[in-house]
Amino acid sequence: MLMAFSDGNRRRAAVIIERYPRAESAILPLAHLAQDQDGYLSREAMAEIAELVGVTSAIVYGTCSFYTMFKREPVGRFVVSVCTNVTCLVLGGPELHEHLRERYGTDDDVLIEEVECLAACDGAPCMQVNYDFHLLQTPESAERVVDAYKRGELDARTVSGARVREDAS
Amino acid sequence: MPETRILTRRLREHPDDSWTIDAALADGAYQALRATLAKEPADVAEQISTAMLRGRGGAGFPTATKWSFLPEGSYPRYLVVNADEGEPSTFKDHMLLELDPHQLLEGIAISSFAIECHLAFVYVRGEFALGAERLEQAIADARDRGFLGDDIAGSGFSLDIVVHRGAGAYICGEETGLLESLEGKRGMPRIRPPFPAVEGLYAKPTVVNNVETLSAVPTIMSMGGARYAEMGVERSKGTRIFSLSGHVKRPGNYEVELGKTTFRDLIFDADLGGGVPEDRAVKFFIPGGASSQWLTGADEHLDAPLDMDYVQQTFGVMLGSGAVMVYDETVDPTLVAWRLAKFFAHESCGKCTPCREGTGWMEKVLYRISHRAGRPEDLDMLLDVGDNISPGLNAPFSQTTICPLGPSAVSAVVSLDKFFRDEVLAKCPPRIPVFAAGAGS
Repeated sequence: MLMAFSDGNRRRAAVIIERYPRAESAILPLAHLAQDQDGYLSREAMAEIAELVGVTSAIVYGTCSFYTMFKREPVGRFVVSVCTNVTCLVLGGPELHEHLRERYGTDDDVLIEEVECLAACDGAPCMQVNYDFHLLQTPESAERVVDAYKRGELDARTVSGARVREDAS
Repeated sequence: MPETRILTRRLREHPDDSWTIDAALADGAYQALRATLAKEPADVAEQISTAMLRGRGGAGFPTATKWSFLPEGSYPRYLVVNADEGEPSTFKDHMLLELDPHQLLEGIAISSFAIECHLAFVYVRGEFALGAERLEQAIADARDRGFLGDDIAGSGFSLDIVVHRGAGAYICGEETGLLESLEGKRGMPRIRPPFPAVEGLYAKPTVVNNVETLSAVPTIMSMGGARYAEMGVERSKGTRIFSLSGHVKRPGNYEVELGKTTFRDLIFDADLGGGVPEDRAVKFFIPGGASSQWLTGADEHLDAPLDMDYVQQTFGVMLGSGAVMVYDETVDPTLVAWRLAKFFAHESCGKCTPCREGTGWMEKVLYRISHRAGRPEDLDMLLDVGDNISPGLNAPFSQTTICPLGPSAVSAVVSLDKFFRDEVLAKCPPRIPVFAAGAGS
């Protein structure tokens, strides 16, 4: 019996699986759940997901490695996603990304990612921190936002975008 | 020229709480559902057909016709809502999810009743954390009030809705890629036929509809299909939300009557885009999301109506997802084309060779052109690569691939050739012959 999930999350996993006519459909939501818990998607978690939904761990790995939101290595507490797609491109997105990459490149707490369009183009250039939006950013304002998260002044989601659950035991 | 607010009325009139059940109910939410549940499922399809509602996700396929493809007597049937909005510069579904989830839920419930479905799925783009959260809350609240779950409003009709978050893959916005993803697999599109209506989710009859399409359903039921069809023109009826971004003074989502508004109105009208910053000229714009071919600041383009059939027949471009990106005279079109190619190369699922290989090469070649290291033959080579993905360069309408992603990547290359060939060639200087460089002396 694999034990990557906490007892509370294993109960949640059962509820999630129950929602679907076929258990395999729960692979993505369970991968999000594992990432909420651990801050990344571990091999152990993928193996346990496979056991829970009744497929091989290769199938779960094959699915999860297709999706950019699943981080198969620890990424620190904050994933900062900066859009450089074609609206942000002409309104300062690349400059924003470059600045943050230089500023936090060696910071283990923060992963700076260049991402595709986040569907907030009226707020370009935009970014997300753990999937919460921050619009109309400048390099300076974005740095203030990231620092505020680091100091705990802004309430962050998990690196999979969930609100932290108090009873995640 | 004011907007025609149908789908966006509640969220504009109640900006502080439009997404809550109390605000939605006070505004009349779920009345159309109650009234509909007293009718027959076929009555809904008839109203939607009369309204001539066409899909708002990009392809513009008539919604009632899509529903009619479900094989008779085959159950269970599923309704799957495509909320995986990822077409670059499209941000309407994001707004509808976050600010008016009850309108969407009501549309899902009415449509599920129409197609006799008892389990619906909403595939929400993974990055929309707040949207998914509000939708989950809305479902819980609607269930508490008896608008979802068993025996809705005493009608005997039951419906459950599952919110399924994606995890970062544009291709899952393609309906069969979405179904694969919902089944727990990599989001690789399926060969059709069979179409989802016959073999969709779990190989069962399935309808996949976009968020904006379903959000229009409650209004159509309450106002009647005939009145809805009075808005718009010919085969483009009703309103649509256009996501306007880039070099405009007032970027945002604007809901207007189809065909009655031009690109010039959308970009320049004081109530809409408000014009280009510093009154610079429009150099070009992308009229229907990143997959569409481009149009320019020429009068014939700016004065074209927002009518999907007109722009396709006249210019060979599509209104697609309803995203309009505006670029002023300072923008280098090769840079935009390169960034689009980079996007498509990154998002290609890798299933079909022309797309997997072609988008990667297009990205590399467009990179060197846009970074002043192009070669004179590059543009023609790009067109050749494009022709292998979209024969006749009729992008994105013809394809050698299973899905339209690859052909969509060709649209920018065709546009560069059509409108900016000289500008591209100027960035690809002839190579200095070896002898002239002094190597032979």
